[in-house]
Amino acid sequence: MPKYLLLKHYRGGPEPYRPVPPMDDWAPEDVEAHMAFQRHVGELLRENGEYVDAQALTPARTWVRYGGPDAAPVTTDGPLPETSDLAAGWYMIDVESEERALELAAYVSSEPCPGGKPLYEWIDVREVMSGAPAHD
Amino acid sequence: MLEPTQRLDEGALRALVPRVLAALVRRGEEFAAAEDALQEALLEALRVWPKHPPRDPGAWLATVATRRLVDARRSDAARRGREDRLLERREPEPAGIEPGDDTLFLLFCCCHPDLSPASQVALTLRAVGGLTTAEIADAFYVPEATMAQRISRAKRALRERRLDRPGDLAVVLRVLYLVYTAGHVGRVDLAGEAIRLARQLVLATEEPEARGLLALMLLNHARLPARFDPDGRIVTLDRQDRSLWDTREIAEGVRVLRSALALKRRGRYQIEAAIATLHDDAASPEETDWPQILAWYDDLVAFSNDPVRQDPAAVLGRAVAVGHVLGPKAGLRETDRMRAVLGERHRWHAVRGYLHELGGDLPAAAAAYAAAARRATNVAERDHLVRQAARARAPELRSVAPPRSSP
Repeated sequence: MPKYLLLKHYRGGPEPYRPVPPMDDWAPEDVEAHMAFQRHVGELLRENGEYVDAQALTPARTWVRYGGPDAAPVTTDGPLPETSDLAAGWYMIDVESEERALELAAYVSSEPCPGGKPLYEWIDVREVMSGAPAHD
Repeated sequence: MLEPTQRLDEGALRALVPRVLAALVRRGEEFAAAEDALQEALLEALRVWPKHPPRDPGAWLATVATRRLVDARRSDAARRGREDRLLERREPEPAGIEPGDDTLFLLFCCCHPDLSPASQVALTLRAVGGLTTAEIADAFYVPEATMAQRISRAKRALRERRLDRPGDLAVVLRVLYLVYTAGHVGRVDLAGEAIRLARQLVLATEEPEARGLLALMLLNHARLPARFDPDGRIVTLDRQDRSLWDTREIAEGVRVLRSALALKRRGRYQIEAAIATLHDDAASPEETDWPQILAWYDDLVAFSNDPVRQDPAAVLGRAVAVGHVLGPKAGLRETDRMRAVLGERHRWHAVRGYLHELGGDLPAAAAAYAAAARRATNVAERDHLVRQAARARAPELRSVAPPRSSP
């Protein structure tokens, strides 16, 4: 079965379906509904036997590269730290097909936002290469 | 010791691990090899004991581990198979093991100052706690192979060190506290394990800080049932259902702390335990004795030359106490003085959010909570801070009383 990464982003990706304020500006009950949905997605994936991993990333980012012999690593926060893509976290799933991965990603994207409406968040779906050669 | 008919429970088996291991190492066996041999003996016990329970489980383990050590030296596979078959029928001769201060001796080995903290923790949980590599890996969310490698590297590092001198108790205490604080996330109850190890340590040393650490763990652990709601959300101290607190654990913690303070050698853990006691003692948040808490924080901060850098948790806790005793503005002024050093830490912003809320400035509180959420490194804390921000921004809250206890 192929594995997929369903990547969520703090910023970047296609034009948002519609603008949504940051979550700390939402009404408390909308925040609760959103967080409850995220717990529910994790439980659903586990019950389905499709869950591999789920992680959240902090928004702090450091770019780093080798500094050369006897030099410290070189770091920067990027050429355009305010606008570049920034991943926020992922679900890794193990599913029957790409179609199923897209279906689950769409479900993740339906998470509620203010007023109980779907968030329509863009989810970045990436297939994970398998470690062993295929048998076919 | 156990009756042959009695089933040996896991706790009793694990309690034997440090005693048997210490006996082997004291007898001159190499730590790493002895630890491997004992692990094999434990596996063997699980296989053999259900049908042939030993009269003296500790002696059985010591004898089987000794055979493994001998076998390992001979590396004679055929002979090993024959002895395995013999073991199933015949109980080995007892070998002398002494309880004594084995725990302390082993903790000094595992918490050798030359090892990294991650290695000290892993080795302690395995060699003293008796947890399996798989359980330790599970607790820290790393692959089992990674944890196995970390443990074997640590044992290899110990191979070149002398283990017959007394170790550094401060390192042991720090390792146990690390185990305790890691204990709220994983599937293995590391907090309970840390308390169990600290109890053993207190039996082995008179050092008041060991008691202080045990008391601190007990007094914090007592509040654990109230700290999360059924959905896993953080519940702050001022909103906890205090009837859920474990009064027996609080009583034990207070007793242990008193015995430590009676020795008249104060240390950080004793002081932190004293602060925890004052929180645990209050029947409601309003009854919290903030002036006393502030006095203890003054003592705690005085332990460091540069407390803002060396002990940020203490200076931030003190700022909250100042906020309660001298008013939120005074508390905020305390945090202003730490901005240059702690201004990027999520706790600094969370404390300011709390103090703003205490002073009734909800827009400033919301902004500070949101800034804290952006810097949080733990999902439960991040979610909690986002909720705090949303709550402080919600118009209906503006008439509600501010929180009354620490964040």
